[in-house]
Amino acid sequence: MPSTQRQDLSIAITGSGGAGVVSAGTLLLDMAAELGHYGLMRKAYGPQIRGGESAALLRLSTRPVHCMDDGFDLLLALDWQNTDRFAAEIPLSADSLIIADPAAGEIPAAISQSGAQIEPLPLKALAGETEGGRANMVALGLLARWLGFDHSAAQALIGAAYAGKGETIVSNSLASFERGFDTVLKHPPAQVLSTGGSAAPRWQLSGNEGCGLGALRGGVRFAAAYPITPASEMLEWLAPRLEQLGGSLLQAEDELASINMVIGASYGGVPAMTATSGPGLALMLEGFGLAIASETPVVVVNVMRGGPSTGIPTKSEQTDLNIALYGMHGDAPHLVLAALDTADCVFCTEWAVRLSEALQAAAIVLSDQGLAQSRALIDQPERRALQIPPRSLATDDGPYLRYALTEDGVSPMAIPGLENGMYTADGLEHAQSGKPSSAAADHSAQLDKRQRKLENHDYGADWAETSGGGDTAIITWGSSTGAAREARQRLAEAGHEVRLISMRLLLPASVEAMNKALEGVGRIVVVEQSHSQQFYHYLRAYYDLDVAIEVLARPGPLPITPGEIVNRILQQG
Amino acid sequence: MEHTVKVANPIKPKQYKSAIKPVWCPGCGHYAVLNAITKALAQLALANEQVALLSGIGCSSRVPAYTSVYGFHGIHGRALALASGLKAARPELTVLVAGGDGDGLSIGGNHFIHACRRNMDMTYIIMDNEVYGMTKGQASPTTAPDWTKSKLTPHGTGLRPFQPAALALAAGASFIARGFSGDPNGLARMLVAAIEHKGFSVVQALSPCPTFRPEHMDWKHQIRAFEHDSTGDAILAAQRIQADDGQSTGIIYQRELPVWQPITRNSGSIDQFEQEFCV
Repeated sequence: MPSTQRQDLSIAITGSGGAGVVSAGTLLLDMAAELGHYGLMRKAYGPQIRGGESAALLRLSTRPVHCMDDGFDLLLALDWQNTDRFAAEIPLSADSLIIADPAAGEIPAAISQSGAQIEPLPLKALAGETEGGRANMVALGLLARWLGFDHSAAQALIGAAYAGKGETIVSNSLASFERGFDTVLKHPPAQVLSTGGSAAPRWQLSGNEGCGLGALRGGVRFAAAYPITPASEMLEWLAPRLEQLGGSLLQAEDELASINMVIGASYGGVPAMTATSGPGLALMLEGFGLAIASETPVVVVNVMRGGPSTGIPTKSEQTDLNIALYGMHGDAPHLVLAALDTADCVFCTEWAVRLSEALQAAAIVLSDQGLAQSRALIDQPERRALQIPPRSLATDDGPYLRYALTEDGVSPMAIPGLENGMYTADGLEHAQSGKPSSAAADHSAQLDKRQRKLENHDYGADWAETSGGGDTAIITWGSSTGAAREARQRLAEAGHEVRLISMRLLLPASVEAMNKALEGVGRIVVVEQSHSQQFYHYLRAYYDLDVAIEVLARPGPLPITPGEIVNRILQQG
Repeated sequence: MEHTVKVANPIKPKQYKSAIKPVWCPGCGHYAVLNAITKALAQLALANEQVALLSGIGCSSRVPAYTSVYGFHGIHGRALALASGLKAARPELTVLVAGGDGDGLSIGGNHFIHACRRNMDMTYIIMDNEVYGMTKGQASPTTAPDWTKSKLTPHGTGLRPFQPAALALAAGASFIARGFSGDPNGLARMLVAAIEHKGFSVVQALSPCPTFRPEHMDWKHQIRAFEHDSTGDAILAAQRIQADDGQSTGIIYQRELPVWQPITRNSGSIDQFEQEFCV
């Protein structure tokens, strides 16, 4: 540990699956919140439900944080089971500290070769000193004390967290917590977070919950979905809440059904969504094309994971960009959006739903495992009043043309129940009435209309988050934004101004806005988490980038870190 | 029977027909199935705007556009999923689904068994002509194993055909009937009973394809009514289905089973959910 006065601390807690490292990490976030701090907890785990490897990767700070730091200050290991599988995700250095139980065996070489200082501690034995003791709660007590967290506030949080599991669990957890809290480490306490907290209201939520909330805010009242890692928690969060809002979530037999059910509900006038991950998205795309052709609003939140095929289901990667952009057969204009951070999961999903409804369009929102399954301690997100009209509905006067060629391309939609609005929605190309037509004129007119309604809409400033200045620009998208923001900030603090353009709206492309954002830029560094540089190729396809472009691209599961972006900018700048 | 329908109800079937001329070949059984659907809607005096007819892809799946209720011509095999979403979101609508044997039992087979199991209150009409017509005559899951007229399977499929009624019964459908386009009034009566039934009703409508299965034009001489009335006993129904050659018509099985519809209420607010995130 370089100093005990830092305002930012990264802690990894590892243990086998089921050992409760995530529970301990979540409580640590709550405790940090009590002191007015910010935080982020990323989950690293394997495919096993119990007994596999598991890690809670935490970063606590006096300032808002949206990404992991370059390395970890502390690794607390409950055991070493399969730790080598994710050792690369926990970079340690000679300045780091490892707290480990000697009873758990020798420290794996992948960990010890970092040269980190080691403090042995009999965690298991301490847990064994009390009835039903748990090592994760011992670790929590130890960390709470070491971080200078308030004792009684910590007790109250543990009590609240386990209240639903019964008194015995609460008292056992508290007893273990006390054992940890009473243990004084040889290493000096880290008073890092004792100052600088703010009293602004905080939220603790995951990206999956954020997308769920955004969908509800946008008006979604029906969802159909098939379980898939790492999107399932969004669906589990939505199911009881949709029910309480007079809506529902239907667990479908597969993703083919999910997307079609969502289209059916939306055709019935109820804003609808589904959530999935890469393999599920692949199955949904034929249905997604039907939504586009029939102009039925739907939103698919796709939580990216390592691909292709089953890939790495529990790890993050930004590699469903190509399928989201180009996966449809035919000319199929649609919306593709990406959430930039946890709070933006809320905004971006709400925006997607409202755009989809207003434009009678199909939208894909891209999140990823890193965003979706991380828990963030953030300022309560502001709720913006979006100036987007609701779905344009037909009224029952006059002859009805479902796919009428309007100036803005949006045709009023009749909802079953409306007298004289009867029509047949169709995935076949059609005339304005909806009657199937293979005539060249109808095809061309309907293609124009479906493209016009998306391209003529004014998306305003929300197409991207832009900041900074200077003649070097970082262009990134989605969850790589966190590291890019921090890199820009570090560079600015060191006297190097760079611009950051982080894209939220990928389709339709915002060519003019991008040109404006890049005025005076002579060097572009593209940042993405993809082996084949999907985002770079997308930028090349749609935008006029006639300056030197470098690409910082890497596949998952290792997240892009602020330090490597800084290094890249300084290297050749 | 037509006369009785008219007397009983002044609403005419043509109120449910659109002005669009079907793409079907002359002599196609589907014309009669369309007539049976509109007759049933007239007999039930359903308001056009309260009825939705959804379909997948294939000759038979063209049927929604030929009616004047709300329609959706979706994608191949997914009509039941489309309809389940609509029914879940709009339970007060009368939801009908129509499609062919390939659409429902091959590419849409998974949705078919799960729709039977889910037992939502809607009616599924399988317009069964034992062939893929729209793609010019390939074997479907109900085609006999030794039918060699398709270039795709010159030796025949060599596979035992699905018996849709048996499949529906095993998967949990609560109403199973088999009708014939050659008896549109009988089919209409069956559809009335199916629509009135609370739960997932499956009506297999044998509907010959004169173009690719001309031999089936003989069905009119082969198809006859079941000797029995319908039963609510699944074992008995299974025996009757298995003992039959697939050419007896009637309501085979009808039973009151729990009808699934998502549970919903108005008891929460988004503000309340947001409070859960506050620390």
